[in-house]
This record gives sequence, C-alpha cells and structure tokens, in this order.
Amino acid sequence: MSLTVHRPVTASPAPGRAADAADARVVVRRARRAPRRHLLRLVGVLVVVLVGAFAARVLLGDYTVTIPDFVRILGGEQIPGATYIVMESKLPRAVLAVLAGLAFGIGGAIFQTTLRNPLASPDIVGVSLGASAAAVSAITLAGWSGWPVSAAAVAGALGVALAVRGVAGDHGGFRLVLAGIGLAAAMQSVIQYVFTRVDEWDVQLVLRWLTGSVNGVAWPSIGLLALSLAVLLPATAWAARSLPATELGDDTAAGLGVGRGRTDVLMLLGVLLVAVGVAAAGPIAFVAFLSGPIARALNRGRTTLLAAGLVGAVIVLVGDHVGAYAFADLNLPVGVVTGAFGAPFLLWLLARGHTGRRVA
Amino acid sequence: MSALAPTRDAATDPPGGGPRRRLALPASAAITVAVLAGAGVLSLVVGARAVPLEALWEPGHPLAPVVQARFERTVLGLAVGAALGLAGALMQGLTRNPLADPGILGVNAGATFAMVVGMSTFGLATMGQFLPLAFAGAALAAVLVHTIASLGRDGATPMKLATTGAALTAGLSSWTTGLLLADRRTMESFRYWQVGTIGGRGFDVLLSGLPFLAAGTLLALTGARLLNTLALGDDLARGLGRRTTRDRLVIALAIVLLAGTATALAGPIAFVGLVVPHVVRGLVGPDHARVLPFSMLAGAALVVVADTVGRVVLPPSEVQVGIMAAAVGVPVFLALVRRTGRAL
Repeated sequence: MSLTVHRPVTASPAPGRAADAADARVVVRRARRAPRRHLLRLVGVLVVVLVGAFAARVLLGDYTVTIPDFVRILGGEQIPGATYIVMESKLPRAVLAVLAGLAFGIGGAIFQTTLRNPLASPDIVGVSLGASAAAVSAITLAGWSGWPVSAAAVAGALGVALAVRGVAGDHGGFRLVLAGIGLAAAMQSVIQYVFTRVDEWDVQLVLRWLTGSVNGVAWPSIGLLALSLAVLLPATAWAARSLPATELGDDTAAGLGVGRGRTDVLMLLGVLLVAVGVAAAGPIAFVAFLSGPIARALNRGRTTLLAAGLVGAVIVLVGDHVGAYAFADLNLPVGVVTGAFGAPFLLWLLARGHTGRRVA
Repeated sequence: MSALAPTRDAATDPPGGGPRRRLALPASAAITVAVLAGAGVLSLVVGARAVPLEALWEPGHPLAPVVQARFERTVLGLAVGAALGLAGALMQGLTRNPLADPGILGVNAGATFAMVVGMSTFGLATMGQFLPLAFAGAALAAVLVHTIASLGRDGATPMKLATTGAALTAGLSSWTTGLLLADRRTMESFRYWQVGTIGGRGFDVLLSGLPFLAAGTLLALTGARLLNTLALGDDLARGLGRRTTRDRLVIALAIVLLAGTATALAGPIAFVGLVVPHVVRGLVGPDHARVLPFSMLAGAALVVVADTVGRVVLPPSEVQVGIMAAAVGVPVFLALVRRTGRAL
C-alpha cells in the first residue's frame, strides 16, 4: 500500500475561510469545555443531593429534629432527649455513612478504571472481605481496638489484593474476577469461623463484619476514618492525574509516559481507601461496585472519581435511612439494603453482556 | 477393554491435561472404598473426646452415647457428601464448565433463601415442609443463573456462570439476613446451619430427606449416558437421536433434588461439588458412567474427613464442615482458574 497524503478538502472560497476557521475554533473550544462544565454541574447537583440526604438522615425519621434545634445542639446546648439522639445515634451514623461512602465509591472507581472492568470492584474480588476478615479477627481473637484494627484491615486488604494478582497474573479480565470470587468465599469462611469462636453471639457484630453497618459506631473510629481520608484523598487526587492515560490500557499508557509504577500507586491508594472504610463500617455490600458505573453514566460516559465518591456517599446515606425506617420495628443494617438492591443491578449488568469480554 | 482404554482416554482427555496412565478400575474402586471406610471409622473415633476402637462394638461401653451421636453425624455426612459430589459432577457435565458447583452457581443460596422465607413468613418448622421449598428455591436459582448467563453473544461461559452465581448468592444472602433480622429466634437456630454443619442433627432429619436423595441419585446414574452424549456438543447429540432439551431437564431435576436436599439437611456447603469431580476424573477418566458413582463415594469421604478434621484442628471449638470445605476448595478453585484461564 502506497503512502498517500490526504489534503484537506477546501470547499469554501477564499474570502470565507477566515470566518470558517474562527467558527471552527469556537466549536472546538466549546466541545472541549463541555465535559468540564458538565462535570462541574454534576458535582454541584450531587453535593446538593448529598446535603439533602444528610439533612434528611439527621433531622427526619422516627424522631424529628428541627433545624434551629440541630444548630443549638451542635453549639453544645443540652436539649433533653434530642441532644443524645442526635449526638450519639443520628449524627455519627450520617457522618460515617458519608465518609465510608466516599471511601468505597472512590476506591471502587479506582479499581474498575485501572483494571478496566466494572466487575473488578473491591467488594466483588474479595478485597473488602479480606479487610473485614482481618479486622474482625484482630477485634475478637486478639482483643485489639483503635488504629491497630485499621492496620489489620489494611494488611488483610493488601493480602487479598496481592493474592488475586498472583493468581490472575498480569491479565485483568475474568481470571482476576474469578480468582477474587474464590478468595471472597475464603474470606467469608474466615469471618464465619471467627463468629463460631465468640462465646456470646453478638448479632450487631456479625452484621457489621459480614454485610456492613454504620450503626453503633463510636466517634473515635469515625475520627480515625476522617483522619485517614484526609491523608488518602489528596494523595489520590494527585495520583489520579494519570488516570485518563491509564484507562487506555497498559501499552498506550506507557507510550504516553505513564508507567506501571503510577498505576500501582493508584491501586494501592484504592486498596487503602477501601480498607480504612471497612475498618470503620464493615464491608458495605456493592457500594464500591455500584458507585463507579452510576457516576460514569451520569457524567456522559466519562470516568470521574470525585462523582463516584459522592454517589457512594449518597448510596450509603439513603441505604441507611431506608434500612432504619422503611420497615416498622425493623432496623436493617445498610449492607443488607445495598446488597439486596445492588445484586439485581449486577445481574442486569451481566445480562446485558457488556462485561467480562476483556479476555487477557 | 483394557487394551482400548488408554487410547480412548488419551483421545477424550481435556486439552492441557495430556494423556496419563491411570489405575485399573478395580484398583481405583478399592482405593476409594478403603478411603471411605477409613474416613467413617476415623469420624467415629476422633473428636474432642477420643474414643478407643473397642467402644465401637462393645455393648454397654461407657462411651457408647458418644459413638451413637457421632454415628448419626457420620451417616448424615456420608449422605450429604455423596449428594454434593454427585450434584457437582452432574453440573460440570451439564454445563461443560470446570467451575460448576451448586455453591458457586447459587443453587444452594436459592434453596437457603426459600427455606428462610418459609420459616419466617409461613412459620414452617419440620424438614418435610422445608424440602419442597428448598427444591423450588434451588430450581429457581438454577434457572435464573443459567438464563442470565446465557444472554449475550458468547452464551453461558464459565466466567459468566460463576459471576452470575456469585452475584445471586450475594443478593440472596442479603435478603436472607434481612428476613432473619426480623425474627431473632429463627436466627439463633440458623447460626450454625447457615455456615454448613452436620453436627447435632438426628436420624429423623436424614430420614425425611432420604427418599429425595435416592430419587436424585437414581435419575443421575441413569443419566450418565445422556451426559456422555451431551459432552459431544448439542448438534452431534441431536444427530445421534437424543432429545437434548429433555435430557437436560432430567439432569437438572437430579441436580435440584440432590443439591436442594443436601442444603436442607446440612446448610449451604460449597466447593465439595467443585473439587470432587476433578479429582475423580483424574482417577477414572472422563466417562460419566464412572465419574458419577466415584464422585458420590469421594464426595462422601471428603465431607466426613472435613468434618472430622474440623473437630480437632482448632480446639477448643469445632470448625464447621462448610468452612473446612472452603479451606480445601478455594485453593483448588484458584488453581482451576489459573489453568483454564488460557483456554477460555
């Protein structure tokens, strides 16, 4: 095949050319700005939704608190009954839901984007359950509490992530997902074994570590999570600058000057985010899996970690609200709600057949 | 037959396995039966309280009640293990999928969910009432997983089947937990059952499930030839005069009976049905007329051994057989994923 140079076809006569070029410049500029503007609008809308959900979670429910009362409680005023309910039950639940949702949403989106497979989210490939198994072992068998539990969760998550990678080799795709499913089953067995060792069977404990729950978490654990996120999120924002290149695949990314090292750092941050979230709230089912694809669809098919985090926070807040108040005299943990409604979405994704094609 | 066996085995071996010498059939049978018998005796003798061998036959021995309890448990383990091994072999043959297992493909989760629904909303309490529900749940889950995995251009690949099964299991376990939370009493009795256990259940439980196990086994063993024909592919099977849809339904019915009863009796035990057929095929070759009966024996042996080891591996508490099965099964699963990865 000979090399041919395609000359631009000039249809318009010379006088109109300058005007056309100016028009083209405007069009291109607008096309380039549109996604950015759309993302800003989306983030704005999500923040509004998040604030609304947060307010609903804290103020409404079986015990309604007025906004002036809420402000006074935050100011330190003691209102009999209301202060206790807000400060010890509603507010910590809502704050933890936002933080855990952010961590899971962003961590999940990092996994799905760098591995380029929506099924390869940390809750499906066993990373969340690995963190949970390590945390619950540290708490019940070793009697740890506080930051060592978070450290154990990080170690568990890293262990599973490395094991999955070891089994699947360099190939992402379905081998990674299958290896992860197997390891998730193993981690679930570990958690179940730990529960058989506990003398007194604590339902809340089981629910926290098997399905995830934001119920009954003390302020210190929430503070620890907030502190971890304060370090991890800026680091993620810095490392994610290379994400658009990473999404194009290893070879193309390398060609664009983004080496494997950058991708590995980003994955590590994803594992850490998920692990600290699990250490506080347990492996809340399917939040990491759902947030990325939803944020992507809202953002017209473009990946966005920030929107994924916000979507995750909204999911956990709303899920917790539904679990707490949707059924009379039944307080379902948020993980049961997200699991019950997240699984059909996964099945739908599989039925559409858009996943798992990327073999090796 | 012995002269022909090696060439035929080599021809039908899956790619990657390569031809290899196998033991003669009687030797394999003798080894399997010996392992099974040894496992049974060990299961009677080993435990938190070690029992001397003579207590097994001496009437009025002080440890006779212990032996009696362990005998019930062992027989239940044999029945459940045989059912799971057979169900796994049937599923792997039916779906032509090396990763098939009633636990992985969500059939056990379907049975569990249906039983919990029956327990919490209709107040059912006896095994006889649970069994039909377990069958219905298992059948629905099997149909759902297979239908969803079959959509799309590439059909029901092992990957899609396993992922769909995992998704269904995750969703159903959330619904199960939700229902159990509403009913604390049920939850307490589910604590060990949900993990998969054969301890502390009497003969009456086994007896109510036995007819269904027998029916499933009968269907399965008569279906060995059907599976051999289906293994050739649908077109060839039809060319040989088989009605493939009807054959599939027969096998599927056997799977539902076996996996549903096993789940109702002992809880959702995964990985036994995955591991056993692979080991058995290495021992006796790919002919289903041999794989199916050997899978029964090996499944029974695996469950009883897993249960026995679980009693002593981490004292003072017992490790449930479901957890032990996962401990054995997950490494095998990972090895299979690694090995089959290239071929798929």
